[in-house]
Amino acid sequence: MEYEVVIGLEVHAELSTKTKIYCGCSTEFGGDPNTHCCPVCTGMPGALPVLNEKVVEYAVRAGLATNCEIARESKQDRKNYYYPDTPRAYQISQYDLPLCAHGHVEIAVGNTEKEVGITRIHIEDDAGKLVHDGYTGGTLVDFNRAGVPLIEIVSEPDMRSAEEAVAYVEKLKGILEYIGVSDCKMQEGSLRADVNLSLRPVGSEKFGTRTETKNLNSFRAIARAIEFEIARQKEILDAGGIVYQETRRWDDETGEGYATRNKEEAHDYRYFPEPDLMPIRLSEEYIQDIKNSLPELPESRKNRYVNEIGLPEYDADIITSSKYLSDFFEAATDICKNAKAVSNWIMTDIIRIAKEKGIEYNELPFSAENLSRLIMLIDKGIISSAIAKKVFNEMAESGENPEIIVKEKGLIQISDEGAIKEVVDKIIAANPQSVADYKAGKDRALGFLVGQCMKEMKGKGNPQILNKLILEYLNN
Amino acid sequence: MKEICEMTAHEIRDMYEKKEITVPEVVKAYIEKIESEDENIKAYITVCKEEAMEKAEKMQARYESNEKLPPLAGVPIAIKDNLCTKGLKTTCASKMLENFIAPYDATVIKKIEEAGAIIIGKTNMDEFAMGGSTENSAFFKTHNPVNLERVPGGSSGGSAAAVAGNMAPIALGSDTGGSIREPASFCGIVGLKPTYGLVSRYGLVAFASSLDQVGPMTRDVRDTAELLNVIAGHDELDSTSANISKKDYTASLVNDVKGIRIGVPKEYFGEGISASVKVAINRAIEKYKDLGAIVEECSLPTTKYALPTYYIIACAEASSNLGRFDGIRYGYRSKNYDTLQDIYKNSRSEGFGEEVKRRIILGTYVLSSGYYDAYYKKAQKVRTVVKQGFDEAFEKYDIILTPTVPTVAFKLGERVNDPLEMYMTDLLTVSINIAGVPAISIPCGKDEEGMPIGMQLIGKHFDEETILRAAHTYEQNKEV
Repeated sequence: MEYEVVIGLEVHAELSTKTKIYCGCSTEFGGDPNTHCCPVCTGMPGALPVLNEKVVEYAVRAGLATNCEIARESKQDRKNYYYPDTPRAYQISQYDLPLCAHGHVEIAVGNTEKEVGITRIHIEDDAGKLVHDGYTGGTLVDFNRAGVPLIEIVSEPDMRSAEEAVAYVEKLKGILEYIGVSDCKMQEGSLRADVNLSLRPVGSEKFGTRTETKNLNSFRAIARAIEFEIARQKEILDAGGIVYQETRRWDDETGEGYATRNKEEAHDYRYFPEPDLMPIRLSEEYIQDIKNSLPELPESRKNRYVNEIGLPEYDADIITSSKYLSDFFEAATDICKNAKAVSNWIMTDIIRIAKEKGIEYNELPFSAENLSRLIMLIDKGIISSAIAKKVFNEMAESGENPEIIVKEKGLIQISDEGAIKEVVDKIIAANPQSVADYKAGKDRALGFLVGQCMKEMKGKGNPQILNKLILEYLNN
Repeated sequence: MKEICEMTAHEIRDMYEKKEITVPEVVKAYIEKIESEDENIKAYITVCKEEAMEKAEKMQARYESNEKLPPLAGVPIAIKDNLCTKGLKTTCASKMLENFIAPYDATVIKKIEEAGAIIIGKTNMDEFAMGGSTENSAFFKTHNPVNLERVPGGSSGGSAAAVAGNMAPIALGSDTGGSIREPASFCGIVGLKPTYGLVSRYGLVAFASSLDQVGPMTRDVRDTAELLNVIAGHDELDSTSANISKKDYTASLVNDVKGIRIGVPKEYFGEGISASVKVAINRAIEKYKDLGAIVEECSLPTTKYALPTYYIIACAEASSNLGRFDGIRYGYRSKNYDTLQDIYKNSRSEGFGEEVKRRIILGTYVLSSGYYDAYYKKAQKVRTVVKQGFDEAFEKYDIILTPTVPTVAFKLGERVNDPLEMYMTDLLTVSINIAGVPAISIPCGKDEEGMPIGMQLIGKHFDEETILRAAHTYEQNKEV
């Protein structure tokens, strides 16, 4: 049978506030275990939470940037459950009155654009981390992360494929980075997604039974976990079986998902309003001030790149999906005034390098300034584009200024016609057969001759001049 | 002259100023009193003899240097064992926290120490403040100093017995449904439950967060005002603490109630109120009339809903607040476990007493899905109704006067097997916590067996002044 895939996501993003959500401890990643904690975030008897106002501000920013309505009055609730990483035995979250609701973002897959609805965004605190202790074989708890502020962004079940889900998370990541509320480092777990997925026969209105695969922390894991779950559910349904509502985990190493909890074992979280905290009341003025302070968002930047700079829609989309990349693009263009070249470098080599090295764009070793220097070297004819590739690779390793690389390695392009002619004469004299082939109509012989010349000149010959001189000879 | 251990804090303070007595003399007298009397009364879980003596010497030096000293300089104080004290055990009278030493001080502890008070010990209580007789302590039962066969009340029974038994001039208690006022009534002392939000809860081991308040337990109303001056005030560490300007409560201690309107709700004199309590309260009412107050019978019809509402809200919050006692980071951990679930189940089964478990189960039940609306949500709605009842009454009256407890202190063991009868002890006090208003219990006579009877004066939100004034006036004018 043909099925339609229905996907909804819950994305957790750690907010980049300096201090935790309910106490003054640092939110810095790393640090020796249990060095960023206090009576409040370790759940000592008698300790009380005090809401960090920055968290509300950041969550409202995220809400406004995703077209949400902001609640003038919301509250926090306790979600009760036992786990060693949850020191109070309850998480402070928001149950029925979240800060933000009814938003949406636009995503594009291939040439189709669609809107993904955002049900709600609420604030909550992160749990600690369990660490397996190889020495004793026991489990240890590190509370440095306990109390780090999170927003949970819950989408509508609007996505229909892994590509759409990934595009949605990429879009959210871009927005959160743009508005500066989260660094979205997926490998550090500061952005993670739970995937709710069900299948239904094409044309059916009724949703199928969904499963929830939790804690996916890379785009690759999201895509693979979705594909796996689609295949698993399809196989069950095709065999006439029943998909059970359950919580699942994804093992990225084995490439398999497995069930951790079924519906019967589902927690009753016994939500109730957190009596230690007052309701959150926001004034129109407060919300308006935040609205006014929002930076240009990816959507609007993208439109500007397409309409004003003339980038292809696809390129503009990729570049604006990351705030870092987009800022990089703008900074480099500002200096070298060659937006198309900057865009080309980003779309080909920069994306390739980041992939090869497995790094985030903000970890690229070279600056926008250095990329623009490289482009200007080409534009001024000082190096050829072939040489530029070498210089780029060099720069991508060392971060060095390309002007220095070119100088130190002696890579300056030779544009002196006399010098080039000498080489052309030499190569032509040594390859009479190729000359004859060309004259007999074999165009490929030209490429060979140019290549030989370039080799002789160690790639530094100006290709336009070289071509011109060879053609002049051959056509005479 | 009075014995040292019979004096109030302000009398002690005056004698320090006049150099008629030294801080070490006073602290030593109290320590000796504890050493001789407490084996019978059992008010204290921890006595800090050395630390207290050391602090006494230091404070005495400050008196001798004639510097201006804070209001409680050198005054010994007993602390209920659910207030966190850095470096000193905070047990909540539970096996769960038998050896727990808090890594920080509660805000009220910081405040009383800044005010110069010297902690002489931590007092016994019903485990996690759940109970009205201090018989729910996991360690031992406290006896009423007035009659050792009787309970001191609870849950702040240790603090009440320490003050009544001359083993501390003043004490701190906590009150969730009557836990300061009921033992004050049973032991014949003064106890104030401040307006919710007046005193910081930071460092008070939570029983029911929306009801708990820390308050003074003292021998007279002046000491209550003095101690309230020290502990009241906004605390950035407690989001529910009110940001209101500081007051001097001793300014309310005027001997005058002329024109003050006192309402006496008929619902508080119904079934279960003992004859001797009625007699004593009626005499107090006559006294107020004689002193020029306007006393009228009134009605608080929503009162009857307060007790079930209280037990639903208090237990719901407790079930969540006590989740942190899981045997993982601190406190009791069962030796009997293989799995994580065993650690939780066995540590909590073995670490908590019967009453605590009863309330956790009740609270878990009323919050569970499918029952939440019928119990917890409904209780919150009733809570609003009870508040409105008080608001309406306070449009007509400045104070509402009731008995504190329906009876005098009962005998040890008398009610332990009947939780419902035990819960009835809270009948007249819980609605005050539900409404969040302040109430003070002051002694107003004794029954034929010499057991103290308490009168409860209830005030408007953040109007501690009026009830302190009326309590002080009564205290000044009552027949001894």
